[in-house]
Amino acid sequence: MKPLLQAGHRGCAGCCDAIAAKFTLMAAGEDCIVVSPTGCLEVMTTPYPESSWNVPFIHSLFENNAAVASGVEAALKAKGEFGKTKIIAMGGDGATLDIGMRSISGAFERGHDFTYVCIDNEAYMNTGVQRSGATPFAASTTTSPAGKVSFGNIRPKKNMPAIMVAHGSPYVTTTSIGYPKDMIRKVKKAVDVEGPTYVHAHSPCTTGWGFDTSKTIEIAKLAVETCLWPLYEMEDGELTKAKKIKNPKPVEDYLKMQRRFKHLFTMEGGDEMIKKIQALADANIEKFGLQ
Amino acid sequence: MKRNFEDDKEKMVVVEGSYAVADAVKVCRPNVISAYPITPQTHIVEDLSQFIADGEIPNCEYLNVESEFSAISALVGSSAAGARSYSATTSQGLELMHEVLFNVAGMRLPVVMTVVNRAVSAPINIWNDQQDSISQRDTGWIQLHAEDTQEAADMTAQAFKIAEDPDVMLPVLACMDGFILSHVYEPVILLDEDLVAEYLPPFEPKFKLDPKNPKTFGAFADPHSYTEFRYLQQQAMNKALKTIEDAADEFYDLFGRHYGGLIDTYQTEDADIILMAMGSIVGTIKDVVDKLRAQGVKVGLLKVRSFRPFPAEAIKNAIKGAKVVVALDKNISLGLNEGALFTETKGSLYNTNVNIPIIGFMIGHGGRDIPMSTMEAIVDEAKKVIDSGITVESQFTDLKEELL
Repeated sequence: MKPLLQAGHRGCAGCCDAIAAKFTLMAAGEDCIVVSPTGCLEVMTTPYPESSWNVPFIHSLFENNAAVASGVEAALKAKGEFGKTKIIAMGGDGATLDIGMRSISGAFERGHDFTYVCIDNEAYMNTGVQRSGATPFAASTTTSPAGKVSFGNIRPKKNMPAIMVAHGSPYVTTTSIGYPKDMIRKVKKAVDVEGPTYVHAHSPCTTGWGFDTSKTIEIAKLAVETCLWPLYEMEDGELTKAKKIKNPKPVEDYLKMQRRFKHLFTMEGGDEMIKKIQALADANIEKFGLQ
Repeated sequence: MKRNFEDDKEKMVVVEGSYAVADAVKVCRPNVISAYPITPQTHIVEDLSQFIADGEIPNCEYLNVESEFSAISALVGSSAAGARSYSATTSQGLELMHEVLFNVAGMRLPVVMTVVNRAVSAPINIWNDQQDSISQRDTGWIQLHAEDTQEAADMTAQAFKIAEDPDVMLPVLACMDGFILSHVYEPVILLDEDLVAEYLPPFEPKFKLDPKNPKTFGAFADPHSYTEFRYLQQQAMNKALKTIEDAADEFYDLFGRHYGGLIDTYQTEDADIILMAMGSIVGTIKDVVDKLRAQGVKVGLLKVRSFRPFPAEAIKNAIKGAKVVVALDKNISLGLNEGALFTETKGSLYNTNVNIPIIGFMIGHGGRDIPMSTMEAIVDEAKKVIDSGITVESQFTDLKEELL
């Protein structure tokens, strides 16, 4: 079978977007239409006159991805072509949690039959690692830099999956590009469930987070193994499954491998911040029953 | 074969302007309608919603979206997927769409949108002027203005015909003045469904989102190719000049009604003074022309239907025999103190062999009434220009000094 996302795109070595898109297409198959907002994924895969997509692909703007997807769905329905073809909106955390929030909220409330895949690399990477609503607590970005009187981003991540559950979505799940089988299974399930479904894929960015290009998958796994990124499924508002982590690793194992958290190990008081991050992981263990 | 139009008057019904437009949209057989309510556009989308509820528009999805931004964004997706796509908005809603308008045009998606022209905030004002659509001038949309409710309805079918022409493939704003046209009840002939089917072939774009033939839409263009995309949009605008005329002529052949193509003229052949304007004000001007002609004043009207593409050549030919031209604008470019029609007409005549004095009046802002007496005073100012040249090039009309 030909790859649905062709090699030769312009992503960085170790790029999380390419991995996330590849897994998504492996799950959805060739009978799908991909809708994608402005961001790394669109830029690196569609430099005119080239395209890496072997499925129909449309990019419109930054903040309207879910609205464009709902228009595609409506068109197929109106023309009697809706059924087998899967509609997948795939965008970054900024396009999803921040600037595209109104659009995704409207599309889910209207109940369009499509799947939204959020590729969450926790900042605006395409523009140079600026803070987004998905940037984790104490991460240093170019607009929330660590400095003499700052430990970086002062707010925790926006809980986007909970917001999508609140919209009445029949299937909301978190996944990670560090777990291909998990992600492919969940995307497949999401596209098969009728109605608007949401897959939130944790996706480490080598450039933005500051780690070696060979470590993308390792970092992704560590986020899950430390319980900072729990993998769970919500069906019709109920938690139906969560991946157990028998012996959670300390969050330091995850933090120390990334430039964005380096200041926590060098600044006075950094250890207190690490304790707060550990508390976030512990809360996840409790909330989702990870042990 | 031309129809016999003699019975048409018997087909007239008295309906609201918004209903006439909604009914025209219905018979154009759209596949996706996406809209957000905003005064004074609401009656159009309410009427369309009722048609949907009554099963009167087959093969059509109506999206009640959460904003104008999503209303037009959804149509990016639907049009790219091969659906005939329609929306309606006004004022703040149109301004909220601004970014997407460029996108629709740049992606060459033939969406049609009715604009029920309204002033823009602040101060907030729901009444008519044309600042909203004029401010979308450079977005790459064709922009047409209707004179009355019948033309607004008929223009809807023409708009789809123009937009979907394979040589054009540009979106169209079909503009009608808020309240003055949208909320007035007048006798109109509703568009005949079979004739519209004959006039407007099904929408079958050359490219669409199709898993059997995957294509990439909305690609990223670097300095190597971006210029050529812009150039081709301009080429399409050039082609639209003829398409707009053809759409009006073909409409006349089938329906027997004609409002001009790019422009229309009234009593301009021997006119010394030509008033030019867009939209419903044109009706008032015709009455003024009739009144002043009876008094021996050689005055005429140039109605501009197409603001984009700007019909520079047609305007030049229509006014070249006049001694003075007056442009009336329901908009202003702040900081220039000119309305768009004035600026562009003046600009398009520079470097030509037509050298006629042109003056501009900005008029009817935020729904301010435009009585015939105001128009007559403007004609008096034009006479002075013939006698002694221009003293004030462009100015506000009917300013209330006591409020300043």
